[in-house]
Amino acid sequence: MTTDTGEVGERRLSLPAWRDIGHGAQRQGILLAFIVFLILFSLFSDRFASWDNASTVFRQVSIIGTIALGVTIVVIGGNLDLSVGSMLSFSTVMVVDLHDKIGPAPAMAITLVATLAIGCVNGILVGFLKLNSLIVTLGMLSAIQGLTLIYSGGQNVDITDQEATWFAFFGRDFVLGIAVPTWIFLGLAVVFHIVLTRTAYGRRVFAVGGNKTAAAFSGIRRARVVFSTYVISSFTVFCAALILGSRVMGSQNNVGQGYELLVLAGVILGGTSLLGGSGSVIKTVIGVLILGFIQNGLLLMGYQYYAQWLVTWVVIILAVWLDVASQRGRLFTTTA
Amino acid sequence: MTAETATPHAAPNASDRDAVTAREPLLRLDGITKTFPGVVALDDVSLEVRAGEVHALLGENGAGKSTLMKILAGNHTANRGAIHLEGEPVHFDNPMQAKRAGIVLIHQELSLVPEMTVAENIFLGSLPKGILGTVKWRVLFAVADEILKTLGCRFSAKDKVEKLSIANRQMVEIARALVFTPKVVVFDEPTASLTDAEKVVLFEIIRGLMRKGVGIVYISHRMDEIFTLSHRLTVLRDGKVRGTRVTAETTEDDVTRLMIGRSLEGREKRAAGEPGPVALEVRGLSCGSLYRDISFEIRKGEVVGMYGLIGAGRTEIAETLFGLRSPDTGEIRIDDETVEIDAPPDAIARGLALVPESRKEQGLVLGMSCRDNMSMAQLGTVSNGMGFLKPKAEQAIYDTYATMLDLRSPGPQALVVNLSGGNQQKVVIGKWLSTAPEILILDEPTRGIDVGSKSEIHDLIRRLAGTGLAILVISSEMPEIMGVSDRVIALYHGQMAGVFDAATLTEDRLVQAISGL
Repeated sequence: MTTDTGEVGERRLSLPAWRDIGHGAQRQGILLAFIVFLILFSLFSDRFASWDNASTVFRQVSIIGTIALGVTIVVIGGNLDLSVGSMLSFSTVMVVDLHDKIGPAPAMAITLVATLAIGCVNGILVGFLKLNSLIVTLGMLSAIQGLTLIYSGGQNVDITDQEATWFAFFGRDFVLGIAVPTWIFLGLAVVFHIVLTRTAYGRRVFAVGGNKTAAAFSGIRRARVVFSTYVISSFTVFCAALILGSRVMGSQNNVGQGYELLVLAGVILGGTSLLGGSGSVIKTVIGVLILGFIQNGLLLMGYQYYAQWLVTWVVIILAVWLDVASQRGRLFTTTA
Repeated sequence: MTAETATPHAAPNASDRDAVTAREPLLRLDGITKTFPGVVALDDVSLEVRAGEVHALLGENGAGKSTLMKILAGNHTANRGAIHLEGEPVHFDNPMQAKRAGIVLIHQELSLVPEMTVAENIFLGSLPKGILGTVKWRVLFAVADEILKTLGCRFSAKDKVEKLSIANRQMVEIARALVFTPKVVVFDEPTASLTDAEKVVLFEIIRGLMRKGVGIVYISHRMDEIFTLSHRLTVLRDGKVRGTRVTAETTEDDVTRLMIGRSLEGREKRAAGEPGPVALEVRGLSCGSLYRDISFEIRKGEVVGMYGLIGAGRTEIAETLFGLRSPDTGEIRIDDETVEIDAPPDAIARGLALVPESRKEQGLVLGMSCRDNMSMAQLGTVSNGMGFLKPKAEQAIYDTYATMLDLRSPGPQALVVNLSGGNQQKVVIGKWLSTAPEILILDEPTRGIDVGSKSEIHDLIRRLAGTGLAILVISSEMPEIMGVSDRVIALYHGQMAGVFDAATLTEDRLVQAISGL
């Protein structure tokens, strides 16, 4: 009998140890993976680990990253926003088209109002009418794609005098040696992080995402909170449209196609739970950067750009698996 | 046999008991120790169950009962200790292994698939299949009906589980256990949602299992059930065994002392005090078929109990007062002023607070910390004009109410999901007391809570009334309603069946009122 006791004790010894590592990895895992990636790529490519390359990657991810910040807030609030991709097309086409017609400032103002209006429609449908967010925003994705085509008449748009306009500031300029898109992305990230962690509003978003019934029973007006997350999400899309329109100085009708999935990949990779109630924009920044550096590293190593799709998928699966494994304390599970 | 007279319910008769105690243990847990990060959940716990014995397991919430049973059923693994079944050492990595070995746990929270038939649920994972892998439906339903018959169930194996009452769902759980020809069956709070008639059926089933030589572990908070059913009982407190007794040779007082480490004296003492002016007045409130023509008033310093069967409209009335449901007609007056309450924020602004019926679904965000949950009902007051939270103000709320309510939590940042039921309830109560309400509504404030925490909450209700709060207590437990209230409102099918002065009210009178007699 004593040997049995010993055996049981021995078998269990390994579990707490793995758990501790697991819990550590859960918090830092994504950062560790990120660092491992950076080191690996640096070994394979001389150009990878350079200031120039790093700042290029930051600038490249700024569009996806900016949108991902808004989507992170929607997801923490317990919903999804799949309409951001076609919303980006709409916003970019509109701001570029109006630029030559009425000047940059009025164009931006009108585009902001139009984009926020789309966010409001999402917010009313999901927040106040309590419709399923997946269905609402999936529908919105195709509705706005249609709206964009109607608006542009199927023509691609561009800005004629690309050198003279101050609109170039958002996508092409540098401030203190750092690209303006990077400033916008990281600046919004800091603001959003503070809002989520330090304000009553942020607490409400977490509460509604964590348990919407309990939030309502605590006097939190949950419809308003959900509504606001969609407005924020559409605002980040507007910011991304400025960067994109200014950088390209023109736009195709479907320029944002597929962005919703890349954005969501960044959010998930960062570790924000799709169930709502937990997550952070800092995690999302890291998630988006991982995507960016993978893409960049693969290109530098001479792979076709579409190789990134496969690698991204593998990385996401690994991240989710390690996350789940660290919660249940083992890599493989024997029961449901 | 003086002990027998001390217990109101006849324990299994003496010869039966002696026969049982003489047998070899069927199941033996030896020195089980289990630690979670920062907590010793179980410390050197030993327990044995003989064939044909009902062994009751008692303890306050958080005492370690559920953890012990999860270890037995393979959901958790112990850090130290051994499990022997029929004298052989066994080790379970998962619940399936435990089931195959003959140990079945019947959960407090049911684990059925509501959209499937009873038969499919009973055989979930082991459906009888033909050579092509197709389900043999006829065999399935026939065998399932056979099992249901032995349990005395009146529903068919073809019924969808979602159509069954909670009690009948429990029967399905039991039926599912019988498929495995169990050696040991663990019942975790099986009667929590059963009516008296359904309880009788359940007890018959348990006695039937007993006669077949199955060992039974019976977890419950209800003393009367334990004294009716069990041969022996073991009490856990703070993860340690505080004593094992032969049921017939012990008393309720003795068991209570083991459970809480002190005796419950002067339960439900009333604070003498004159009620003040009317705080809340309800006039002719109706809402569709849920309740009709409800009128009552609560004075400052008064506790009003609301009693009725489930479905009598109690919770719906509370939800209406709190702005979660709108009435068709009727008037709500607070401090002599007619008020419009369209949503919970209006109610909170008017000094109302509602501790809801279900703390996990309605009361708490389980993934959040104790501190964040406690300040959730007043984010406006714990933040400045710019909307920034004031951590010190939040900490002050936590400190004040954790002390006042004797909250046992590892700290303000501990997630509420890790607390025991009683402590979770204290977080919800703290959340609402911190809003400094004038009218406090408590819906089933002690459901699923151990006797120790229960009497603390009863004392608290009386104390709060003493400070001038107007309190409405909704409960399904008659002793609670009778003990804590000044006046009792009886509800029958959504209508008022009488308002009684608690001092002169008898249980019989109250039972008649809620039965429509």
